[in-house]
Amino acid sequence: MSTILEVKNINKYFYDPVKVQVLNGVNFSMNKGEFVSIQGKSGCGKSTLLYLLSTMDTNYEGEIWLKGELLTGKSSNELAKIRNEHIGFVFQFHYLLPEFSVLENVMMPALKLGLKSKSEVEHIAYEKLKMLDIADQAKKRATQISGGQKQRVAIARALINDPNIIMGDEPTGNLDSKNADLVFGIFKDLTSSLGMSMLIVTHDDDFAKRSDRVITMADGRIVSES
Amino acid sequence: MNNSVLVKIARTHLVERKKQSIIAALGVTFGIGTYIILMSFMTGLNGLLDGLILNRTPHIRIYNEVEASKVQPIEMADPFKDSNFVHVVENIKPRRSQASIRNNQGIRLALQKDPRVKGITPIVSARVFYQSGSVLLNGNLMGIDAIEQEKLFNFNQYIVGGKPEDLNNSKNGIILGAGVAKKLRLKVGDYVPMITSTGESMRLKIVAFFQSGLAEVDNTQSYANIKTAQLAANEGPSYATDLYIKLKNIDEALPMTREISEAFGVHAVDINTANAQFETGTSIRNLISYAVSITLLIVAGFGIYNILNMLIYEKMNDIAILKAMGFSGGDVKRIFIYQALLIGIIGGAVGLLMGYGVSVLISKAPFETEALPTVKTFPVNFELAFYIGGSLFAIITTFFAGYLPARKASKIDPVEIIRGQ
Repeated sequence: MSTILEVKNINKYFYDPVKVQVLNGVNFSMNKGEFVSIQGKSGCGKSTLLYLLSTMDTNYEGEIWLKGELLTGKSSNELAKIRNEHIGFVFQFHYLLPEFSVLENVMMPALKLGLKSKSEVEHIAYEKLKMLDIADQAKKRATQISGGQKQRVAIARALINDPNIIMGDEPTGNLDSKNADLVFGIFKDLTSSLGMSMLIVTHDDDFAKRSDRVITMADGRIVSES
Repeated sequence: MNNSVLVKIARTHLVERKKQSIIAALGVTFGIGTYIILMSFMTGLNGLLDGLILNRTPHIRIYNEVEASKVQPIEMADPFKDSNFVHVVENIKPRRSQASIRNNQGIRLALQKDPRVKGITPIVSARVFYQSGSVLLNGNLMGIDAIEQEKLFNFNQYIVGGKPEDLNNSKNGIILGAGVAKKLRLKVGDYVPMITSTGESMRLKIVAFFQSGLAEVDNTQSYANIKTAQLAANEGPSYATDLYIKLKNIDEALPMTREISEAFGVHAVDINTANAQFETGTSIRNLISYAVSITLLIVAGFGIYNILNMLIYEKMNDIAILKAMGFSGGDVKRIFIYQALLIGIIGGAVGLLMGYGVSVLISKAPFETEALPTVKTFPVNFELAFYIGGSLFAIITTFFAGYLPARKASKIDPVEIIRGQ
């Protein structure tokens, strides 16, 4: 098993209004195809950690390695490119672009990457939507579909560039149990059938228990891994 | 590839906010439209007014001046030559000299060969009295080469009721000032009797009227061909009172005037000395037009700035998600600059059309002026440079109006937005 993500001795501070240490010597690594949950109470630093790993927040001490490549210290343009190509995101709120159709939302990161022609991208986007069973909604506006459907569209969008890892910040936090189950099922499927790596922040115990590994955090430290 | 998706996002944002986008674009449209209309109309009018002076007036005029001798005989007399003496001569009289420019044919031949000269034509000025029964009217008969005069000074523009070329065809033809004709109740084809300064009678046939719009000119002046005027002045065939010179480049008038008066020992005056005031008027009118249209465009720029700023606040979430997807700060900046440019290009293009349309309407509107009997509509200058300048200015202002909000958008921290939810 190869290591996909490795975090070495991360410290992070918030300075406003006073200096507070939110992450304190965080170390962990995860393998390709693993389904990892990060759990902990509100304010334990789990989301902060995720945003560091997502490369969007670069203000920290320590090292982050993705697929053997050191991310720490890269320019924001390089990081944007890495995010585009190798990392897929799913958030608690769905964050689809409201002016565009479902299909266009899914296509967007691939068009940005610019490796494939528009018709190829459209074909792949349809495939992803079909896989998530919402291809029939493809032509609808992103604002015209239900919450559960939106989250599935967001997952399809995260998958469009075949990333190395999918990161989620409470992806089921805003869904009813039926839809939450559905989304969890999709994630599980993606790891088992496609070998996708998953790193999901959640405070849903049920969700966490069903993943391969649970990292529990408290006060900016990892307190247990199981 | 990459860029087309940015353009697509920019376009979608604009299309989704039709009303705002149209208002922003209208600002540019009115700015550019007004710029085109103002500049076309103002420069058209300037051209016409300048033409009144520039076209009619020779760039250099060579003439004879009545004046006292510069060196008085006493200064040449041997006993008083030294500077030890103060010469006091009371009541100096001007010298009687020939009215004709000495060696005018030689001067003409020499200047015609000069590459800076577009043309040179002699003028014969003779004083006459127009006669109607027992009434005598003061007048001035100018002998001209009508074809040269038309070529160099657009003589045709001031002729009504006939053609100036007819002067060259008939020995006793005259183009009579409109004011004189009105006073004497004459029409084309009539004969006008006149008395020359030497007391002889002449009868000339009217071939056309001359209308300059200046009453004092129209009430006295008339034109005949050179031979007729020489006859009226009772002078021989080499007689010429003025030489009118037109240059290829008007800026050379002043140095050339000095050169000519030194080389030929004649009096010469250049157009700028003779008409110093007209350039001031032209440049001030241009300045005003530029100031007004640039102000309008800057106001349009503020409109775009404002609308984009609002849009960016509205689109915080979208900007954050685009960044999370892997769009860089530069990409986000470009999206908003494209929006500003789209507004500028569309608004500007409509503005150019509007400016052109209104200019055409103005150029069709009737405009009657005594000064220019051949001009019937407003003068409008359809110069391509205004349209190019207008487009460039539209693009530059909208770019800067878009740049500041776009830079702000590019700096939005996605983590703050996403975590803030």
